[in-house]
Amino acid sequence: MRYLDEYRDPVLARKILDEIRAATTRPWVIMEICGGQTHAIIKNAIDQLLPDMLELVHGPGCPVCVTPLELIDRAIAIAALPDVIFTSFGDMLRVPGSRRDLFVVKSLGGDVRIVYSPLDAVRIARENPHRKVVFFGVGFETTAPTTAMAVRQAKAEGLDNFFMLVSHVLVPPAMTALLESPDNRVQAYLAAGHVCTVTGWKPYEPIAEKYRVPIVVTGFEPVDLLDGILAAVKQLEKGQARVENKYARVVKRDGNLKAQQLVNEVFTVTDRKWRGLGEIARSGLCLKPEYAAFDAETFFDVTDIEVEEPPQCISGLVLQGRKKPTDCPAFGKQCTPHSPLGATMVSGEGACAAYYRYQRGNDDSGKQHDKDART
Amino acid sequence: MKNNLTPDGFGSCPRPISDFDTIQLAHGSGGKLSRDLVNRLFVAAFGNPALNKLDDQALVDIAGRRLAFTTDSFVVDPIFFPGGDIGDLAVNGTINDICMSGARPLYLSAGFILEEGLPLDDLHKIVLSMQRAAEKASVTIVTGDTKVVNKGQADKLFINTAGIGLVEHDFTIAADNVHPGDAIILSGTLGDHGMAVLSRREGLAFESPIVSDTAALHELVALILKKSGNAANAMRDPTRGGLAATLNEWAESSRVGIRIFEEHIPVKPPVTGACEILGIDPLYVANEGKLVAAVAREAAEAVLSAMRAHPLGRDAAIIGEAVADKPGMVTMQTRIGGWRIVDMPVGEQLPRIC
Repeated sequence: MRYLDEYRDPVLARKILDEIRAATTRPWVIMEICGGQTHAIIKNAIDQLLPDMLELVHGPGCPVCVTPLELIDRAIAIAALPDVIFTSFGDMLRVPGSRRDLFVVKSLGGDVRIVYSPLDAVRIARENPHRKVVFFGVGFETTAPTTAMAVRQAKAEGLDNFFMLVSHVLVPPAMTALLESPDNRVQAYLAAGHVCTVTGWKPYEPIAEKYRVPIVVTGFEPVDLLDGILAAVKQLEKGQARVENKYARVVKRDGNLKAQQLVNEVFTVTDRKWRGLGEIARSGLCLKPEYAAFDAETFFDVTDIEVEEPPQCISGLVLQGRKKPTDCPAFGKQCTPHSPLGATMVSGEGACAAYYRYQRGNDDSGKQHDKDART
Repeated sequence: MKNNLTPDGFGSCPRPISDFDTIQLAHGSGGKLSRDLVNRLFVAAFGNPALNKLDDQALVDIAGRRLAFTTDSFVVDPIFFPGGDIGDLAVNGTINDICMSGARPLYLSAGFILEEGLPLDDLHKIVLSMQRAAEKASVTIVTGDTKVVNKGQADKLFINTAGIGLVEHDFTIAADNVHPGDAIILSGTLGDHGMAVLSRREGLAFESPIVSDTAALHELVALILKKSGNAANAMRDPTRGGLAATLNEWAESSRVGIRIFEEHIPVKPPVTGACEILGIDPLYVANEGKLVAAVAREAAEAVLSAMRAHPLGRDAAIIGEAVADKPGMVTMQTRIGGWRIVDMPVGEQLPRIC
């Protein structure tokens, strides 16, 4: 299949791997920002094939993982209200709140529906004028334009029964926060290709310059990821620190101006708490005053939110690239995708879920099998 | 405001939700929750040697003959989909559950739960397609039942079936009978049924439409038995939970490791495309006209050629092998050469796919 097969070509992948091995002379720590990339790396077992001196650490780019527990509890409380149709991308349904998840609300009679686009939620609002329809607007710069479009559409249609529970977050402030942390280990970033499709890479240029880190805009297929890693290693080895685009078939320097305009029309930048990272200044989006009528958080005055936060889970450290999922004593024991302790074990983009699904107890099998395959 | 990263630990993780007071959709996924429900509730209550094997069919001895006996329910939404409908799906699915034991399917039952308001034309079409599917496979629908419920208390129609077949061999074909060294043979492309239903349901259109693979596999099974003698150790049609669920069940029941090779697993390009769009792994998608067999290595090539000569096995491939190493675990070599786990499906990706 065009645009897919060529980026999964094993021969090309092995060639780039050889180049990476040849280019690496010292140990380096590279963080891939995006959870989609984390999954692709672990699913394709790319990490097993890299030279031992290269360490990939997994970034906070999993919207489900960084959505604060308070907001998930609030979503669950709103979804349980009798006149509400609660709509969300599928991933959010399995994220445990303090006491239950959205699937449980659904099984107890709550009207919780998975949608693939926020515009589907607007349609549901149009078709159900006597119900209140809430969309859980979660995600990075990638999904913000479609949520913005939904709010604008609802306003244009004069819908007064459509609401948005907004938890949009922005990547560059989180990258900066990680680099400023005294415990930072990250020496280079693979920037998330899909986010850059919307924002372009201009916002990353001051980060690369100020913190002296190479930032490589990277795609999601094995060849894309290896290309990104190779570019990062080459910059690190030469002492360079600039933004480089290795996802040129999709990403332009200025990004998608129309999408940016849409986001700026509906949302404004705000401080936001990230689950596992804490408060980060100017790192989120909230509705502008002229769209405040659509804000679910103010409309639904849900007050009995009591957040319970047991301490076993280390996903905060995982999201900061300071620990690997397998460093957690609960990993694969008390904490599994079946009964997750933290959101990183739930989401399709969470690092713990990726390790559990693809690499659990498989640490040595790669090398063993490789040997077998050669003999 | 100052950026302030949580210094250490996390402190914002909730306690686990490991047990449910009510049925969740994932209890019907064919994955881990389904298995827990079956083991903790049904096997605990009904347990007996025939049931406890948890194969797709029970083998029972009656008057000196060995019978394969199975039941299945069909709730697919939509009831008409590219390549079939709930009717032929029900007949073929039941036949497949019987013949995966190597039995010859003979008789079926059909129970209909109908929603008030269902167009009679639709029911007529579905009944005719059941009749055609049964005739094609030389099975007879010999008994049935009809119930009608109020509008809204079912969705259009649900079909429950039972099936009986005759076991005419005396070797063991079962999930707990996979041996290290067995070749894992897949009869064709993965994911066609699940993605045909899902792309119709989600209104996704592709240049070349995805068509369900619903088909009765009894001829293919007969060919395998003829070619392999007693070398076929396990057979399964990987429906709900897909190939991943079947191989995990085998690895666990037989206490073997199973290794498969991504580059040998056939998937049609439009299915790959639809899976990419919806974020679904074809290894977990339901098939309704495919079988996977564990066959002793020395017979594998002969079985493969015989399968390829049949229209339903044209794309058959040896996709891996059972090994003594890592019992209970399924691993896959990725296209670029690393190894990863293929886990039991968790949660419910695709409700009402069959």
